[in-house]
Amino acid sequence: MIALRQVGFRHLDHDGRPDGDWVLRDVDLTVEEGELVLVAGRTGVGKSTLLGTLNGLVPHFTGGELVGDVLVDGTSIRHTPPRELAHLVGSVSQDPLAGFVTDSVEEELAYGMEQLGLAPATMRRRVEETLDLLGLAGLRSRSLRSLSGGQQQRVAIGSVLTMHPRVLVLDEPTSALDPTAAEDVLGTLRRLVEDLGLTVVVAEHRMERVVPFADTLVVVEPGGRVRSGDPARLLQDSPVAPPIVQLGRLAGWDPLPLSVRDARRRLDGLRGRLGELPPADVPTVPGAVLLRARGVSVAYGSRVAVDGVDLELRAGEVTALMGRNGSGKSSLLWAVQGTGRRRSGRVEVEGRDPHDLGSSEARRLVGLVPQTASDLLYLETVDEECAAADRQASAPSGTCRALLDRLAPGVPGSHHPRDLSEGQRLSLVLAIALSARPRVLELDEPTRGLDYAGKDALAGVLQDLARDGHAVVVATHDVEFVAEVADRVVVLADGEVVSSGDVVQVLAESPAFSPQVSKVLGEGWLTVPQVREALEGTP
Amino acid sequence: MTRPGRELHPGAWWTWALGLAACASATTNPWLLVLLVLAAGAVVVLRRGDAPWALGFRYYAYLALLVIVLRVSFYALLGGDQGEPYLVELPSIPLPQWAAGVQLLGPISVSAVLSGLYEGLRLAAILLCVGAANTLANPRRLLASLPPALYEVGTALVVALTVFPQLVESVQRVRTARRLRGDAGKGVGALRRLVVPVLEDALDRSMTLAAGMDTRGYGRSGDQTRGQRAVTGTLLLAGLVGVGVGAYAVLDPTAPALLGGWMLVLGVLLAAGGLLSAGRRVRRTRYRPPRWRPAELGVATSGLLVAVGVQLLARHDPLVVNPPLTELPTLTAGALALVLVALAPAVLAPPPPLDAAVTADEPARPQEALR
Repeated sequence: MIALRQVGFRHLDHDGRPDGDWVLRDVDLTVEEGELVLVAGRTGVGKSTLLGTLNGLVPHFTGGELVGDVLVDGTSIRHTPPRELAHLVGSVSQDPLAGFVTDSVEEELAYGMEQLGLAPATMRRRVEETLDLLGLAGLRSRSLRSLSGGQQQRVAIGSVLTMHPRVLVLDEPTSALDPTAAEDVLGTLRRLVEDLGLTVVVAEHRMERVVPFADTLVVVEPGGRVRSGDPARLLQDSPVAPPIVQLGRLAGWDPLPLSVRDARRRLDGLRGRLGELPPADVPTVPGAVLLRARGVSVAYGSRVAVDGVDLELRAGEVTALMGRNGSGKSSLLWAVQGTGRRRSGRVEVEGRDPHDLGSSEARRLVGLVPQTASDLLYLETVDEECAAADRQASAPSGTCRALLDRLAPGVPGSHHPRDLSEGQRLSLVLAIALSARPRVLELDEPTRGLDYAGKDALAGVLQDLARDGHAVVVATHDVEFVAEVADRVVVLADGEVVSSGDVVQVLAESPAFSPQVSKVLGEGWLTVPQVREALEGTP
Repeated sequence: MTRPGRELHPGAWWTWALGLAACASATTNPWLLVLLVLAAGAVVVLRRGDAPWALGFRYYAYLALLVIVLRVSFYALLGGDQGEPYLVELPSIPLPQWAAGVQLLGPISVSAVLSGLYEGLRLAAILLCVGAANTLANPRRLLASLPPALYEVGTALVVALTVFPQLVESVQRVRTARRLRGDAGKGVGALRRLVVPVLEDALDRSMTLAAGMDTRGYGRSGDQTRGQRAVTGTLLLAGLVGVGVGAYAVLDPTAPALLGGWMLVLGVLLAAGGLLSAGRRVRRTRYRPPRWRPAELGVATSGLLVAVGVQLLARHDPLVVNPPLTELPTLTAGALALVLVALAPAVLAPPPPLDAAVTADEPARPQEALR
């Protein structure tokens, strides 16, 4: 169905000379009809470029030099622009809302077919079929903006399915979704492969969700080379691997387990070697309470986003704030920080309420890294950003740069902030927030766009900050990240706290929130490093 | 009896509203104008949806009020002496020679105020009729009914309509984020700090959207030859010239009447031919295009009836349609009938579908829906 022959790609500068190294090089890849292919690799290695060659956006839309050839169902994309491939390849991006052309579900589903010039009766039939297939029938006349993230992503998938493509290409379709919504979208994909025989190529950071039913794994390596093959075989030494595979590597299982079910069936040998659960390194003396919030409520018009939430943050602790999309996590963070709106309730940090202070005073008490961290950046170079941050925080010159070097060593000062990797940009914003020396630090969805190694690095940084006496709170969907970094977990639903407590206890309570390791090994076990420690500890 | 809500063809609403506007422009009778506006307002209140554009009628009303106030005050203060009786006697401010013909202040006569009021009411009524159409008709559906040749322009407008609320959202988000940096947000520098991320955001979004539209087949080329393109271009250009010359000749009373009328007709025909020829290139279909059903025909007819009716009335009772300033204006049964016809869409049109009627809850899980 898809064949890449000796494909290479690199960007060109204004004068048509090569700009930088090959993003892809010598890529040979064959995908059979009806396969589900997972594309994996570190952030920024060219996964999106590889996917772009399949629908012709690379090089027709992005520019650059493409060598070799890409054949989709026998059609070469070299000489065919993306619009002429629309009936063959359907593409779904990570931000569905940015790609919507119309404003209601039904019209969006029909848009592609209108471009193909299909007969009205055919369009009507396909729209109805697709509404049923994706469970969108109840939403048909809704405005796209009023849908939840998972629903929007399903509409985006539906809007290309109506064109009856042979290949579906998805670039990180679940990166903005909560675990349940992500499950929803990935479940939909799986059914498309099984029921419709569609060929699906998907890039996904949370590999653990797709690996169990992927037929082929394609690993893009730094330098632009690509390896492909059976997932279990390739994952033995892939630079990115889900926790379950890391556990399998640790235990020396062969072939590697790809799903929780696989791993459980091979558990017998490991149980004996593991022995007792190592005691968690809980600080014996709990830190002082740095932030105390009582009865915080936030309302937008008549909609109550946060309803009477109590929150206590202690020095030396990382608290994770979890809950589905729209459950009030962000509103709570902003309200507690003092910049966001708050209808009622008290917040006390160092005896003062940040809400009553000006913005430059409030940030000295509580620092916040917002969901779109790049909103805080507006200068041309990293050095200028750091200098501005020092001025704004009235900190001695060089404070921000020193913080940045600690968080992410070696970020070039002359670079434009937009040219940094996701992780580096996040570190820069974090350094700017920390320049004002707040004791309490809040992060809203910091793991978006970070791969496993990036998340590990972030977890290390946050734990260091906590050890320095900061109180850190992280709003996130990422269960594995929570298992790794958090001491306490607060779960929100509909603006209210539904459970709160120690990380082991809260994550074990609900299956939706339990990390893979604890699904395999049972209550108490959370992360792979924990298991490694236990294994090394036993003779 | 409850009918299921549906959106009326935007063309029907516009025909109705323009009919009312034509009627308003033909009369200065304040009673008739006020009644027309009330009729339009009643239809708006009863038949508007809950979409963002449907909530704008009150702004048209404010604008209309402003028009009346301005008109009356200009007539009163600058209108000059129109003779007895006077409302107030203000001293006149002498102006230099070059401003002859303009009189500032001076005695304000009742007739000046009244004619200002009538004229203002007429303008306000026209404005409100257009406002009613904008409130009732979905602008996207209107764009969607454009001829195929203008499809590309229509899509660009639709996208612009979508982008605007996103831009507002983005400005708000960046402004609050700014405060996290301890940025006071004042001065020219602050504007730059706001504009840069917002524009970057908008640019990113536009690129995503453009890429998305490209992969979904937007602008798939047809198979038109060079010759066909030349014909299309010539037709459109000639049509444009014809319409221009014709419109000039029609509006200029000294130009030969024959030239005006015929040139205009010829220009329109040529332009229509050009659009048709261009449209043939586009191989595109419409999903569930808005259809003209009895309700649409009824609404449009009521607008046409009002427009024609006022002309008949003017021939029959000229003093009712354009009352003299010296007497109290009167209404006849014919004028009242016009207003009733203008009000008819309140009953003829089906109620609009309401988005709020749908609950915002998650739907049944898709798995169940498939079985």
